[in-house]
Amino acid sequence: MPTPFQIVDANEAVADVAYRLSEVVAIYPITPSSAMGEWADQWASEGRGNIWGDVPSVLEMQSEGGAAGAIHGALQAGSLATTFTASQGLLLMIPNMYKIAGELTPAVFHVAARSLATHALSIFGDHGDVMAARATGWAMLASNSVQEAGDFALIAHAATLETRVPFVHFFDGFRTSHEINKISTLPDAVVRELIDESFVEAHRARALTPDRPVLRGTAQNPDVYFQSREAANPFYDAVPGVVQTTMDRFAKLTGRAYKIYEYHGAADADRVVVVMGSGAETLHATVDALNAGGAKTGVLKVRLYRPFDATLFCAALPKTTEMIAVLDRTKEPGSAGEPLFLDAVASLQRGGRSDLRVIGGIYGLSSKEFTPAMAKAVFDELAGPAPKPRFTVGIEDDVTHLSLTYDPAWSVEGDEVVRAVFYGLGSDGTVGANKNTIHIIGDHTESFVQAYFVYDSKKSGAMTVSHLRFGPNPIRAPYLIEQAGFLGCHQTSFVGRYKMLRMLAPGGVFLLNTAAGPLEAWETLPKDDQDEIRAKKLRFFVIDAYKVARDNGLGGRINTVMQACFFSISGVLPKEKAVEAIRESIREAYGKKSEELVQKNLRAVEESLKNLHQVVVPAGAAKSAPLVPPVAAGAPGFVRDVLGPVCAGEGDRLPVSAFPVDGAYPTGTAQWEKRGLAQEVPVWDESVCIQCAKCVIVCPHAVIRPKVYAPELLDKAPDSFKSCDPKDREWKGLKYTLQVSVEDCTGCGICVDVCPARNKSETKLKALNMRPIAPIREDEKKNWEFFLGLPEVDRGLIKNGSIRHEQFQRPLFEFSGACSGCGETPYLKLLSQLYGDRLLIANATGCSSIYGGNLPTTPWAKNDEGRGPAWANSLFEDNAEFGLGMRLSVDQQTGAARELLKRLAPAVGEDLARAILDATQKDEAGIHEQRERVVVLKKKLASLKDAKARRLLGLADALTRKSVWIVGGDGWAYDIGYGGLDHVLASGRNVKVLVLDTEVYSNTGGQKSKSTPRGAVAKFSSGGNPAAKKDLGLMAMSYGNIYVASVAMGARDEHTLKAFLEAEAYDGPALIIAYSHCIAHGIDMRTGMQNQKAAADTGKLILYRYSPERARAGDAPLTLDSKPTRPAGLGAYMASENRFQMLLKSKPEEAKALFDLAQEDARTRWDLYEYLSQRKPHAAA
Amino acid sequence: MDLTTTYLGLKLRTPLVCSASPLSETLDGIRRLEDAGASAVVLSSLFEEQLTRDRDDLLAHLSANTDAFSEAQSFFPAVENFHWGPESYLNHIRKAKAASRIPIIASLNGTSLGGWTSYARDIQSAGADALELNIYCIPTDPAVPGSEVERVHVDILTAVRSAVSIPVAVKLAPFFSNMASMAKRLDDAGAGALVLFNRFYQPDFDLERLEVRPNLLLSTPQALRLPLHWTAVLSGRIKADLAATSGIHTAMDSLKLLMAGATTTMLCSALYKFGIEHIKTIEADITRWMTEREYVSVTQLRGSMSQRNCADPSAFERQQYIRTLTTYKGL
Repeated sequence: MPTPFQIVDANEAVADVAYRLSEVVAIYPITPSSAMGEWADQWASEGRGNIWGDVPSVLEMQSEGGAAGAIHGALQAGSLATTFTASQGLLLMIPNMYKIAGELTPAVFHVAARSLATHALSIFGDHGDVMAARATGWAMLASNSVQEAGDFALIAHAATLETRVPFVHFFDGFRTSHEINKISTLPDAVVRELIDESFVEAHRARALTPDRPVLRGTAQNPDVYFQSREAANPFYDAVPGVVQTTMDRFAKLTGRAYKIYEYHGAADADRVVVVMGSGAETLHATVDALNAGGAKTGVLKVRLYRPFDATLFCAALPKTTEMIAVLDRTKEPGSAGEPLFLDAVASLQRGGRSDLRVIGGIYGLSSKEFTPAMAKAVFDELAGPAPKPRFTVGIEDDVTHLSLTYDPAWSVEGDEVVRAVFYGLGSDGTVGANKNTIHIIGDHTESFVQAYFVYDSKKSGAMTVSHLRFGPNPIRAPYLIEQAGFLGCHQTSFVGRYKMLRMLAPGGVFLLNTAAGPLEAWETLPKDDQDEIRAKKLRFFVIDAYKVARDNGLGGRINTVMQACFFSISGVLPKEKAVEAIRESIREAYGKKSEELVQKNLRAVEESLKNLHQVVVPAGAAKSAPLVPPVAAGAPGFVRDVLGPVCAGEGDRLPVSAFPVDGAYPTGTAQWEKRGLAQEVPVWDESVCIQCAKCVIVCPHAVIRPKVYAPELLDKAPDSFKSCDPKDREWKGLKYTLQVSVEDCTGCGICVDVCPARNKSETKLKALNMRPIAPIREDEKKNWEFFLGLPEVDRGLIKNGSIRHEQFQRPLFEFSGACSGCGETPYLKLLSQLYGDRLLIANATGCSSIYGGNLPTTPWAKNDEGRGPAWANSLFEDNAEFGLGMRLSVDQQTGAARELLKRLAPAVGEDLARAILDATQKDEAGIHEQRERVVVLKKKLASLKDAKARRLLGLADALTRKSVWIVGGDGWAYDIGYGGLDHVLASGRNVKVLVLDTEVYSNTGGQKSKSTPRGAVAKFSSGGNPAAKKDLGLMAMSYGNIYVASVAMGARDEHTLKAFLEAEAYDGPALIIAYSHCIAHGIDMRTGMQNQKAAADTGKLILYRYSPERARAGDAPLTLDSKPTRPAGLGAYMASENRFQMLLKSKPEEAKALFDLAQEDARTRWDLYEYLSQRKPHAAA
Repeated sequence: MDLTTTYLGLKLRTPLVCSASPLSETLDGIRRLEDAGASAVVLSSLFEEQLTRDRDDLLAHLSANTDAFSEAQSFFPAVENFHWGPESYLNHIRKAKAASRIPIIASLNGTSLGGWTSYARDIQSAGADALELNIYCIPTDPAVPGSEVERVHVDILTAVRSAVSIPVAVKLAPFFSNMASMAKRLDDAGAGALVLFNRFYQPDFDLERLEVRPNLLLSTPQALRLPLHWTAVLSGRIKADLAATSGIHTAMDSLKLLMAGATTTMLCSALYKFGIEHIKTIEADITRWMTEREYVSVTQLRGSMSQRNCADPSAFERQQYIRTLTTYKGL
């Protein structure tokens, strides 16, 4: 049955099938599987039916554990249920998976396989997660490509119903889940045909129902448990046969034939590689290339991994096979071999093929590239005189020497495929344009297409690299393009920073977006690039895309311009046809929205073609531009030699020995990566400045800093260095400077927005004004260097509670990769300023763990004494417990140290011991003095021979106060980690919790959390959240002994500061809920602080502090710090944020109803809080 | 007492009409206005630029930050079915018509000729009894002559008139070199009524923050004089109905305007100040005043003190200005 094509990624292809075959879909976001849940939620909200015509119930749960539990229940009650997950999410499902399998319940979990968090988290793909679930009793079916992912999703659903064994259907995270490919669709008719309704009815008949009651989940004893486990054996024995039969039926319906163990290669192969997942596609192509050269090789693709059928596995191997290499995309440290290897060995032994020599290797962890060159290296190893029994491929292991060497230049890619690579910025629309391009080509021609996008780890100024292939046959190349015919560089700033031209094949085209014209552009290239262009005879084109976009009203979106140029030069389509196709796609994309946008884009296409120029390569020598070093001069060795190459995109080339063995990295490394993102930066006008430091406290990237210092230090200042007299009397006689680090600034403009000082003669000007960076960059770089060299303000002189004073404290969180204008990071920076030198941080997974801990460089920093926040991320779900553990540990060590000190007092000096033991350490000075006492103590201890003294020496630092802060977002605090958070707060221990509340799962793309306000549109809530936001603070207050504060820096910065100070000072648990604006709110991030203020002013948000100490003093513990009025005008606030506005525009009636309810929520909540704020403790009342 | 009047061809129970304001943004508000005695309601305006800006903002936010980060290719669900047009406004008209018995006059505030005509058609289709064009235009470009501004007004009216068959009123500002001439041109172009006048919302200065701020002030009784003057001058000179608005707070205010020649007097600020029920008070006071003076109908007194009909037509011209200044004695 011929089927039409569609251009989709695997997540969409899989979700499309799973949705049609399900009645209950429980979801939870986790990269890279989130999109499957998003599709399901969207389709349900649109009223799309499954194949039985019903709209499935799609429900977001509080965790993957919750999703698995809900699925278990849904299955027990007789529905067809599914979920989507990856990595830690799958781990959280394992307990239920054992249950579901033990009860022989048909179900499918679709998994975008991803690395597990070990020494580090990684969002990228390998089989670590699915291998951890291999013992659960689920069948496991692996898809190797986008086409297979869609097809196998259907086969899995059909097979589970027939066998009653639940299935994990998995495919490689990112490499397959996010690869866009042109695949054959699965019409409803095919889906219906493959599903046998009698099995659906049988499942329904087994359901729990009081009409035919049974009891499941018994407790069993030694007498019967074992036999019961064995009772299910026949069901597992049947699975391989059923899956193969189902595949055969599928082949009849679609023409696409699959085998559960599918051999491809020479019928008389002597060397065979066994593999599972997208790597099989690479091996498929490699085998073809090698065999075309006379080799006898083959690949055995394992599709059904559980139950593993030894007989069929052995039967699939050519009888001529002599050597086998089994490749695992996972690592099991300490094992006799990786899982697939062990399964293969056991199967060969059982199948009578123990004569074969088998070696096992690891490849592709965390989406590490697995190319044909690497695949060839495996075959070469098999042919060698002494194949390594265990090996790795794709890296250089210079420690245990397990890695295979390979020739990176070896390629199997033919000329029939057009290959194009594009470097862009996240904000410039490059990826969107390329997605559009593959649709233009894939939809308008017979060509097959493939697209894969690589993003860097930063949230602001992120680089994107698009890899596009077009060809006459289905494209099976799950690896990045190494030799392209076309390379588009959409950002001039990448030139000299990345070795892009290395990717261009001889005779290829290099298109550069640059303000330099065709006559000047050559000299803007570094010499390496010039040489490469000459040597490879590349054709070099330029266009000033930003000018064309700007002139045609498209702002900074250069997507249409660059796309038009690509089609014009690349020849992938005849030029006229291509241009017409672009025009058509513009009309399609914007036609329903705005004729004005259509016209602007159409004009831009015409203008692009007029402004595209080929650069004539000069015959002789010419000037060239310097290379941009990846990290600044003076960086420490590790930063220069390890993190530097990673910054430059060369991390793949680093050997094993370069890396820490346990995941511990130095802090303070972001300062060396000068990203120079901003086009405009704030410039200080010292004559207008009132030195309030509001700009300093809000700066998300810690690039604006004040100092006061002795005037004579200005003697060596650069000429352009600005200073003035301080406004505060405390600093009389000193000089004041507010300095901006222009190379670290992202240009968000929040500082200018909050600046309250205006120029008296020209009120549009403030004390900070955004100006183009180019004319001042070099001067300001020198000024920043000089500024850093000025002494820090003595922390002992800083007045507690005053923002203008507190902001002199050096931030120990700086230059993070957070979004430009981020609403979270100012809170973290404040925390680092106040307590950074004594801070342990437990950070939940999420935005803050990504901008806080994603390589290459990280923002948590150290002061001049080498002290600074010690930061760790455990998991998403356990962060409160993780932080509590830190507290227990610190307290335990402090207690032990104090006991030892008491005993050793005669030896170290009674006065010193007494002073240390009695120190309150309540303020900066107290802590400083204690540190000095501990230094003296350690010296004395070092001279003592006593064993107790040696023990105390190791514990002495615990005598100085440490702060433990538990940090995370609302997804953690309100949802997945709430149980733990509640328990930790209830423990009464001295831990501080900072919830960075963006009211959505920001990191995974804006999914609804229980913090999401009523009426907001979020993913998993596309029809507007019908429920009110959970009141986390009130729940915590109910314990009575927890300090709780709700703060919004943009609403009241001094209140935020006060809450941080009170929380830290309180000798017990504290919870600060910090409202944080976010890109997921759909706002202008430049004025995000105004949104915070509007939220507080309208009563959407209540600012308060609940202090158990006030209750002890007989006062009402709750203080309301918002405006003392009943909330009103919420509608105007809601209309200012896209998350609400889009509901008004999509479902106006529902929006109005929800907004009215939201207004009522605010009033009801205010009334309650007002009442509570007047309630004194019983004794006092 | 016969308080009936005819405005835009619509027979109204009294001349007391509610002008465009947030009071008519909800069905509940319209019902309350009707219950208080409003004889017709002008709905709050449909602003073309608001629709355009909402659309552009929404599209910008939806496309911002997309395809930029590995964990999230977007930050909002892929909702396709947005209502970019005036559906919500049109639904409001439909529901208002169904929920009330008084005429519903829609108000349109456009920015482009295409917007004026297409939205006008939609408004007619939705069932509005008439349409008020709110041509709120503040020319600030020194290069644009007054004649150009006048031409734009006539063009808009002409275009809308050709697009719809319901009566069309024009609400305009008083700032023309020759208001009477402008009124005549609009009259000639087919205006069913002129609404005198649009209020000019000048911004205020915030001296604390050194910012220019929009600051809506409710009208005061003093504002009455301007519509009173021009209603009196235009009455009887043009075919279009004259609706007076601004500064009408009492029955006396209303009576003055009716006697100047207004067909209807429009209320807004007074309802914010004294409550919606104030319409009843004004109506009762008008009735009492007319009864006491033995008037029998509004028609009888309409225009009785217009420039044409009053005892001293020069009171509306330059002589009155001279007389006023020369007789002013100060404090």
